[in-house]
Amino acid sequence: MVAAVLVLFSLALITVYFRESEGGTLHSAQRIGLSVAMPFEVAGERIARPFRDAWGWTSDLVGAKQENEKLRKQIEALRQRVIQEQTAVSENDRLRELLSFVDGPGFPAGFTGVSTRVVGRPPSAYNQEVLIAAGSSAGISRNDPVVTQDGLVGLVTNVTSNGAKVTLITDQSSAVSAIVLESGAAGLVRHGPSNSSALVLDRVGKDELVEEGNLVITAGWRSGKLESLYPRGIPVGMVKSVGQQDVDLYKRIQVAPLVNFDALAEVIVLVPKKR
Amino acid sequence: MTADAVKAGALLLFAALVQVSIASAIEVAEGHPDVVLVLVIGIALLRGPVFGAVAGFWAGLVLDVASLETLGLTSLLLTLVGYFAGRLGDVTTKSSAHPSLVAVALGTVGFGLGSAVVHFMLGSTLSAAQFFVGVLLPTLALNMLLAYPLYGLCRRIFHAEPRERREVSPAV
Repeated sequence: MVAAVLVLFSLALITVYFRESEGGTLHSAQRIGLSVAMPFEVAGERIARPFRDAWGWTSDLVGAKQENEKLRKQIEALRQRVIQEQTAVSENDRLRELLSFVDGPGFPAGFTGVSTRVVGRPPSAYNQEVLIAAGSSAGISRNDPVVTQDGLVGLVTNVTSNGAKVTLITDQSSAVSAIVLESGAAGLVRHGPSNSSALVLDRVGKDELVEEGNLVITAGWRSGKLESLYPRGIPVGMVKSVGQQDVDLYKRIQVAPLVNFDALAEVIVLVPKKR
Repeated sequence: MTADAVKAGALLLFAALVQVSIASAIEVAEGHPDVVLVLVIGIALLRGPVFGAVAGFWAGLVLDVASLETLGLTSLLLTLVGYFAGRLGDVTTKSSAHPSLVAVALGTVGFGLGSAVVHFMLGSTLSAAQFFVGVLLPTLALNMLLAYPLYGLCRRIFHAEPRERREVSPAV
């Protein structure tokens, strides 16, 4: 009898939670509950941090030599690319001045970064989300983009006064309009079908040129009053493989995210300077 | 009974915070050790189905609040796990010195399948291979490892009574 009542009560909670707005009673009560729990979650994370770092350091040692070789080659390639890009940037600046080019809010100039710690993860493989230790009191709002020094992490989807929930780009509900830097091919980055940390670049026409190793960045479009939640130019990932079949409308592009979502410890929330 | 309820409430509150801030970061394939689930099963085995269901409901509610997840979702699943683990404890291992690995295995699989069904109904899905190989098997293995120490903790906290054997009358 008691179990049946609790099951019915749980079902009622789920129903009401889904039907009510973000400002509803249950959502508000949950936010207050999280505000109370947040200091303990932060404390737990701090206690676990040395052990987690030690584990990460040990497991990183295994592949260190191989990775070192790979990174050396990457540095060499990047050095050459930096020289080319510096030339392109200065040329771009000069041409913009000549054209009196008017741009929208860009990344990172139009944003203030709020650095914060990841303090928790929902205990479910279905939701690719993390909890962070900064909230509305630090100026963070819903739909603020979240990055690390490596690239795009996701979007703030729920905010309390001292915490927030970030939905990762690997979540099933996430989609990011993106372009391939080298060719300008535009598409939509979404979670991959195989595992939780894989991404695909969808909706790229077969006639577009995309190659393995190309960099995928956020597109940051604007259409009238509507604009993308992600500013242009945030690195998302590298093209891992490209394929296409006669029966498909679009290319099949797998993207390896630049951010290691399994070892996410600190993130930067991009708060727009002008809201 | 009241003292047990307070102890269970505090233990599960602590476990839920540990789950969100520490255990969820420990990842094998895509599975995580489920401290709260194993504790709910342990408590239910020792204290019966009603206590187990209430403990499961409370633990689920705390987990949903602490991780900003859909309120009621984890409560629903843990209430059912707590109830059935309690029923299993009544007829098999109540007050046994050993954790019922069968109960933890069944609870983990039941919780995993229930979670898959509920998330499917809410629009989130995983492929069958990813679910069974990536999530369920590693979680099962980790939970089995946790079963002995956490069940021992439950026995210590809830002072398990001597085993109550049920007389089974032979079939005529």
